[in-house]
Amino acid sequence: MKLYLSTAPHIRSGANTQVLMRDVLIALLPTTAAGIYYFGLSAAMVIAVSILSCVLFEYLWQRITKQPIRIYDLSAAVTGLILGLNLPSTAAWWMPVVGALFAIVITKQLFGGIGDNFLNPALLARAVLLASWPARMTGATAYALPTCWSGADAVTSATPLAGYEANTMDLFLGNIPGSIGEVCKAAILLGLIYLLVRRVISWRIPVTFLAVFAALSALVGQNVLNELLMGGVLFGAVFMATDYTTSPMNPRGQFIYAALCGVLVCVIRNFGAYPEGVTYAILIGNIVTPLIDKYDKPRLYGRLKKQKKEGTANA
Amino acid sequence: MPKKEKSLSSVFMNGIIAENPTLRLVLGTCPTIASTTSAVNAVGMGAAATFVLVGSNVVISLLRNIIPDKVRIPAFIAVICTFVTIVQMFMQAFLHDLYESLGVFIPLIVVNCIILARAEAFASKNGVLASAVDGVGMGCGFTLAITCIAIIRELLGNGTIFGLNVFGADYEPMLLMILAPGGFMVFGGVLAISNLVTQHFEKKKKDEKGVIHA
Repeated sequence: MKLYLSTAPHIRSGANTQVLMRDVLIALLPTTAAGIYYFGLSAAMVIAVSILSCVLFEYLWQRITKQPIRIYDLSAAVTGLILGLNLPSTAAWWMPVVGALFAIVITKQLFGGIGDNFLNPALLARAVLLASWPARMTGATAYALPTCWSGADAVTSATPLAGYEANTMDLFLGNIPGSIGEVCKAAILLGLIYLLVRRVISWRIPVTFLAVFAALSALVGQNVLNELLMGGVLFGAVFMATDYTTSPMNPRGQFIYAALCGVLVCVIRNFGAYPEGVTYAILIGNIVTPLIDKYDKPRLYGRLKKQKKEGTANA
Repeated sequence: MPKKEKSLSSVFMNGIIAENPTLRLVLGTCPTIASTTSAVNAVGMGAAATFVLVGSNVVISLLRNIIPDKVRIPAFIAVICTFVTIVQMFMQAFLHDLYESLGVFIPLIVVNCIILARAEAFASKNGVLASAVDGVGMGCGFTLAITCIAIIRELLGNGTIFGLNVFGADYEPMLLMILAPGGFMVFGGVLAISNLVTQHFEKKKKDEKGVIHA
């Protein structure tokens, strides 16, 4: 008779990095499909180059530094897909490659690999590309009008945030110029529902993010529905602010973090120099995350509540 | 007086390799980030800092027995200020383009920690000749390191090296490298590579010693 010894927990859910990442990939499928539907083959190319180069850089780095090869955990593929969806469909082929280098090697691997990056890799890559080639990344020179496979050459235009006129239905379905992944809100919501049902993410970050943003937008006198449907705020709240590594661990911290992101997006959009601020808002949230985690430690089970005012931790 | 005089060549090389102010001591990072947007700027900043370093080292070494210990820092600063003012006026008169592009960072050489550190750590304890050589060595080390960083930044951020076009007209410059974040990234990268190389050589040295002892 064999005696197995192991420590608790004894019943496991079977979730591991690969399963979680696969769920994220599935959740991103509608968004990807919509992006390719609206922007055609060039969007598919951008996404493909982005995923391939992310996985390749991950493989090469782990090979060169003699670490176990972990590309099958799909985390690099997820980073690549999100990075691709963050680019305009008119991006040159080398832009996702440079982005992947910054995302995988500089943001992720140099800080210790999966789970140790302090910024969302895809977002940092977007910020790098945005700062380096602004005319290719944003504004009227970068965003193609959706062609829906009409075969016409891409015509570029400003986004709704920068003056493009679109009705609410077009904003919701994605028939507008913009980054590949951000245009189709219906597809993003589908992905959100899938992630929630599969319990990959909790509702706290996306809902708080969007609620705080909507409330503040109403306060400064914007059309709330249009503000929510324009730009990348929905995509950011669902797929990028919810990254496990770079968002707080405990519920209260998640509320604080998401609220901060929402406030920052609204502030940058309305008072900043850029038309859109989701990238920088979430990056700043990422940077604050360790601080939030430090001051938001849950009370140990069985410990007495502290007598001070702020001593009530979520149990 | 110091207990044992080091050879001048070892004092000189100390500034370039063993105690390179930028890459080993990580001093003077402010001019390192600010003046490495182009290789010409970096060389200009390096030359200016080297001049100030040598001048202040010599004067402080000469005055080391006169300056009272309690007010030595203000005294050092006064000496350094004098040389910085000389450099600033000289550049304004004869190298006006460089003067314009380095801007506020020329007067800021006064607070470059490398210069004060060498005054405190070396010139106030050593003879005139050794102090001068230390100034030259440290200055060269600083210049070499920041020129290295500047070449990478200029190449990626502008497609040129010392103003010469390298990548051709089709290259779209990576603006980030000219901006401050690019400066920090390249600085970090160069620092990492220099640490890697140093570790490699130290390990080699240790291994060789190990063989001899065994």
